Amino acid sequence: MVVNKNKSSKPVIEIKEMHKWFGNFHVLKNISLGVNQGERIVICGPSGSGKSTLIRCINRLEVHQQGNIIVNNVELTGDLKNLEAIRSDVGMVFQSFNLFPHLTVLENCTLAPIWVKKLPKKEAEELAMELLTRVKIPEQALKYPGQLSGGQQQRVAIARSLCMQPKIMLFDEPTSALDPEMIKEVLDTMIELAETGMTMLVVTHEMGFAKKVADSVIFMDEGEIIEQNDPKNFFNNPKNDRTKLFLSQILNH
Amino acid sequence: MSEKTYRPGNYPDLPPPPGTVGVYGWIRQNLFSSISNSLLTIISVLLLYYLIDGIIGWFFLDAVFDADSKIACRKINDGACWAVITRRVGQFVYGFYPEAERWRIDITFLTMFVAFAPLLYPDIPKRKWLLYFSVFYPFFAFVLIMGGYFGLQKIEYSLFGGFMLTVILGVCGIVCSLPLGILLALGRQSNLTVVRTLSVCFIEFMRGVPLITLLFVASSMLNYFLPPGTNFSILVRVIIMFTFFSAAYIAEVIRGGIQAIPKGQYEAADALGMSYWQKTRFITLPQALKISIPGIVNTFIGLYKDTTLVVVIGLLDPLGIGRAALADTKWNGLSTETYLFVALFFFVSCFAMSRYSLWLENKLNTDKK
Repeated sequence: MVVNKNKSSKPVIEIKEMHKWFGNFHVLKNISLGVNQGERIVICGPSGSGKSTLIRCINRLEVHQQGNIIVNNVELTGDLKNLEAIRSDVGMVFQSFNLFPHLTVLENCTLAPIWVKKLPKKEAEELAMELLTRVKIPEQALKYPGQLSGGQQQRVAIARSLCMQPKIMLFDEPTSALDPEMIKEVLDTMIELAETGMTMLVVTHEMGFAKKVADSVIFMDEGEIIEQNDPKNFFNNPKNDRTKLFLSQILNH
Repeated sequence: MSEKTYRPGNYPDLPPPPGTVGVYGWIRQNLFSSISNSLLTIISVLLLYYLIDGIIGWFFLDAVFDADSKIACRKINDGACWAVITRRVGQFVYGFYPEAERWRIDITFLTMFVAFAPLLYPDIPKRKWLLYFSVFYPFFAFVLIMGGYFGLQKIEYSLFGGFMLTVILGVCGIVCSLPLGILLALGRQSNLTVVRTLSVCFIEFMRGVPLITLLFVASSMLNYFLPPGTNFSILVRVIIMFTFFSAAYIAEVIRGGIQAIPKGQYEAADALGMSYWQKTRFITLPQALKISIPGIVNTFIGLYKDTTLVVVIGLLDPLGIGRAALADTKWNGLSTETYLFVALFFFVSCFAMSRYSLWLENKLNTDKK
């Protein structure tokens, strides 16, 4: 287990009594969650429990209907100015990578910094190469995403997010679409990122990752946060019956 | 046959069995794979031989390329009488544009390729400088064709005709309808109700009305709808109608392309903080246009061929010129030659468009590079 020296008590995300509905379906119920700077949180739970929806609310890919979400002291509302500020501070990595297939790896990484952050092209490219080196694929910079393996694509996606120099990174099941032999390279990249002190919210079923880097693990079911604890206690003595059932299902096979 | 054995992990890459690859393999597999297949091949070859022999004879060997009339043609040989074309080729190309001024059309036509080159071939050297010329070209072409400035003789629209008219209508229609079609496609997908409703109405109206009707409107009624004092020439009105008509189709083709883009692309762009116009310019359109290339070119080819419809409102496109030639007692009855010639012209232009679109598709295909 990595000891987190970067964790501070300065909150960067505060979610207060947040509710969300898809039509009539109450998908998130009374969610309250605080995340401090440098904190690494893993969210797990059965499929359909609302964990992806929860982190997608944090950069407003999904709109919540009740309660407050405050990111970096800015409240998420319909106001576009706030939204753009928050989105350039919050990076997101998706299950299906979502790289732009018509752009090279380097262009994928520099597009947003150049146009959203107005970085000069040369600077953006230098930054991108630095981050591609960090995720260990600088030699692929001029290729197109379609020419890379799944693991490489996901690492590019991580580098692309990091190019915006975000303060918070959201991971939405980053290894679920990968072949088994590629999961490790992505997880290793995420572990290295965690060591730099990045605030991370990770939706994943990789419990090894949770044990290794998480400061706290959240279990969600049916739109509610059922249990939140540090990984040691979470895995060794889960309190709620549903947590126990879930853990027995994913750990014993 | 001896089977060599190899230790695991040492099996070499062997060449494919002989007779399955290359020209010989192809012929064997496709033409002579069985007795009946071989028979069919031989019969087809004989049939082709007699057909082609006759066709080449009519087209070239027995054809007459210069004569004073159809009767004179027939006295010389019994193949095609191309004299109807060669004697009137000026009219077929330029319509009734004054002979002394035809060089203006030639220059406009040749420089058109220079103007299009940087748009069609992004990798061309000195592209930036050529693009300046592309922007400047429409004015250049207008002045040169119409005249009335810089001491150039002013030419009336009514004298335009032939392939020149087809190219003017086709190129203007194509160049104007693509951007309009893109805007309509985006408008139809817009969240703004007014923009969306207007786009839908425009598209549905234009698609729901036959092009001929629009051309009649252009020739007779359009001036009633335009603000008083504006008086476009019939040519401009027809170009506007062609543009609107094909823009509606293009819009729907591009909408298909836009809808084929996975939702994740927008989410990724949103997550990076990109604005609507940034998303549209860098994510949506490059991908949607790439997907829509076959459909867009399809529409363009349709538009290009539909320019022959202007004959119903009295403009002399190549078919009109052809009819005029056939109405001449000297050439009466040579419709096969006349229409084949016009068809050849259209085929060459449309085939070029189709080949270009294939080339572009391959170039933009980033998966297999």
